[in-house]
Amino acid sequence: MSKEKTNFFKKPGVQSLIASLICIILGLLIAFIVLLIINPQSAFSSISNIIKNFFWFKNPTSRLKYFGETLVKTVPLLMCALAVLFSYKVGLFNIGTPGQYCAGIVASLYAALKWQLGWIPCMLLAMIAGALLASIVGVLKAYLNVNEVISGIMLNWICLYFTNSTLTAVKNPSSKDTLTLASTNKGALLPTLGLDKLFKDKYVTIAIPIAILIAVIIMIVLDKTKFGYELKATGINKNAAKYCGMMEKSNIIVTLVISGALAGLGAAFYYLTDFEQWAVTSSTVPAMGFNGIAATFLGGLNPIGTIFSSYFITHITAGGAFVDLTKYSSQITDLISALIIYLCGFVLFMKTVMNNIIRKNEATKNENSKNEGGKN
Amino acid sequence: MDSPYAIEMLNITKRFPGIVANDNITLQLKRGEIHALLGENGAGKSTLMSVLFGLYQPEEGVIKKDGKEVKINDPNDANDLGIGMVHQHFKLVECFTVLDNIILGVEPNKYGVLQKDEARKKVIELSKKYGLMVDPDAKIEDITVGMQQRTEILKMLYRDNEILIFDEPTAVLTPQEIDELMQIMRNLKAEGKSILFISHKLAEIMAVADRCTILRKGKYIGTVETKGTTAQELSSLMVGRNVNFHIEKQPQKLGDVVLEINNMTVASKTHKNNAVKNVSLKVRAGEIVCIAGIDGNGQSEFVHGLTGLEPLVSGDIKLNGMDITKAPIRKRNTSGMSHIPEDRHKHGLVLDYSLENNLVLQTYFLPEFTSKAGFLKKDNIRHYAEKLIEEYDVRSGQGPVTMARAMSGGNQQKAIIAREIDKDPDLLVAVQPTRGLDVGAIEFVHKQLIDRRDSGKAVLLISLELDEVMDVPDRILVMYEGEIVGEFDPKKTTQEELGLYMAGAKRMEVRS
Repeated sequence: MSKEKTNFFKKPGVQSLIASLICIILGLLIAFIVLLIINPQSAFSSISNIIKNFFWFKNPTSRLKYFGETLVKTVPLLMCALAVLFSYKVGLFNIGTPGQYCAGIVASLYAALKWQLGWIPCMLLAMIAGALLASIVGVLKAYLNVNEVISGIMLNWICLYFTNSTLTAVKNPSSKDTLTLASTNKGALLPTLGLDKLFKDKYVTIAIPIAILIAVIIMIVLDKTKFGYELKATGINKNAAKYCGMMEKSNIIVTLVISGALAGLGAAFYYLTDFEQWAVTSSTVPAMGFNGIAATFLGGLNPIGTIFSSYFITHITAGGAFVDLTKYSSQITDLISALIIYLCGFVLFMKTVMNNIIRKNEATKNENSKNEGGKN
Repeated sequence: MDSPYAIEMLNITKRFPGIVANDNITLQLKRGEIHALLGENGAGKSTLMSVLFGLYQPEEGVIKKDGKEVKINDPNDANDLGIGMVHQHFKLVECFTVLDNIILGVEPNKYGVLQKDEARKKVIELSKKYGLMVDPDAKIEDITVGMQQRTEILKMLYRDNEILIFDEPTAVLTPQEIDELMQIMRNLKAEGKSILFISHKLAEIMAVADRCTILRKGKYIGTVETKGTTAQELSSLMVGRNVNFHIEKQPQKLGDVVLEINNMTVASKTHKNNAVKNVSLKVRAGEIVCIAGIDGNGQSEFVHGLTGLEPLVSGDIKLNGMDITKAPIRKRNTSGMSHIPEDRHKHGLVLDYSLENNLVLQTYFLPEFTSKAGFLKKDNIRHYAEKLIEEYDVRSGQGPVTMARAMSGGNQQKAIIAREIDKDPDLLVAVQPTRGLDVGAIEFVHKQLIDRRDSGKAVLLISLELDEVMDVPDRILVMYEGEIVGEFDPKKTTQEELGLYMAGAKRMEVRS
């Protein structure tokens, strides 16, 4: 066991960071190439507009305002990413986050608009709704060994149309969207604690600090507590968990319940700001849930990393709006952000590639210095 | 073809960061001989074979085939040279037939259409020639482990391999199947095949091999003719010291009944009948009781019922007089029962957890390791792990933080044994605790079991190894088709007598 100097690039944290950065750069590069193929003249200005996003604005006040709004949109993505991350760390792939996010939307908006409840009960109901939906997946997995990916995806669509049909009851008669909270129930709006004044934007609420706090709590729970130890053990080896007397079935359910609650809460954190209303004609599940998967991997499967990766993805998606639409078709915005997000999922692959390169370098080094014999 | 050697590996050295896995090793396999490769876990056998198959490139040394130097860059090169291997864990497609598995990768075809008839003819011919009885149309999932192994051998023969490597082939076989395999190997030898037999079971090497090359800790110790040596000598060459085959036990001091099982019946997962039928037994403090039997006669289900992994159909279990028939697993584990499981990867360890986390798998929830608020006390866990690693000599690359997956099988087992014994249980249930271990590690495990007994605790040992059954326990119970069919004093019985009961040829009325 000789440990001379551990290679700097061998540290897992450093590796995750570098792998994520490589993926981002690759994604941007491919997006740039696509733009270049379609229209060479404005490719460079478009890609730099995407990256610059609101930094491109001249007025500092509107820059701050747009930064605030990007943060508002980051929160639900971060919560979905944390939901995916939490279950992934426990060995479950919760691809049902879009559905659980929908459940959070329907619960919080219905409670706010129909029942006129305050923001706290609305938020709690959103969590409960997400948790309940996820618990179905958990029970099926634990007792009938139904693959959580299959049952999760199926429920996404069921929940989407349930949301549409339920929220039609609180629809704005003159549009396809639900009523605004500002016009119907101001008590359901999340408190801002002065953050709105700081960012000069009324949508900036306590959701942002709370989401960051939740990321920190999740890291602590997974790494430092008995609860996290049990959940991870169950996720990695269900049989061993049973053998040593853990409640392996309820651990699976609890994991998905927490994951679902996080996604549901993410919906409340967004829709209770009034920033956006739900369109009851939606025919696709919210992208948040799936982008959460990309954010999780881009964040190096680390809750804190996920904060930054979620911000990045939101930033790029919003920046897509600044592509010169006189030169490109309007779908280009989605195409570019989709390309970049897609590449974000390659972080683990990048890590493997990096490790192989390091190992090869070491092997050649060892061959060069044959005189140095090893010890046991 | 002037060289008498089919394959030669001369002065092979292979280094990994921090360790020399093969240090100047020479292995010469004569044409038409059975050559054993003997060494403990971690002696470098697997590395040497990986070099032969081109998975690793050695830093020094050459490989010669029929006296000519060859370069092996990948397993395909090895195949082209006629080298084939039966792996310890078979590489078969479960839902394919025997024939499909044999031709897999070298399917005979005309314009892409399979020509199975010729293949079948060739397979049947081969199986007749070498006495490898197996139905070519049976599915792998339906046939016994012994037949699966024969399929693997046929795979090599079908590819006209001349050099056959068997990696620990007897680890998964029953005593009868082992005898059959030995005969098959002799047949192959008689037909001019050269066989490399990797093993650490001395009796088998003595029975079947012509010569034996011994490795120890990556070094070449020597090559000996088996005719001119003894098992005792081989084992001391392998381990580097004299191994005590005889197990020292103190005179027995029987205490109170620790475990009492009445009329236990457990359902089977694979068929409709019960796997365990009406089993009653008692284990007292200060004794080792061994349940012997051929694999698959209900031992696993019996243990699952006893430890709570599966529910009972009927019957009851008392531990220290307390009824634990319906107790959850955690309750059993904290009431004085420890369980060294049969399958250390499936049940015994969380392979992607560190060694230290695995060492507290049964105790992590105690106040010593978890604070009132639910936080793990990582310092305490580290200290405890370091203590166990020291006491039980668990070896690993990076100590407590090594991933369990990265440890050798023997050390994984040592870690489980350390964890289970350090709880100081009143009853230790040890299921095949020496499975897949080498001589040195087996000696260690047996000593631990005897120490439990001598310190006045009860041990229930479930074993398939007849040597272990004869040497370790104070009392033997034979299990056949889910029933206890005989009770023996190991001092007053023979392996032959036990064999008759294990095979179901005889039975006696047992009521404890």
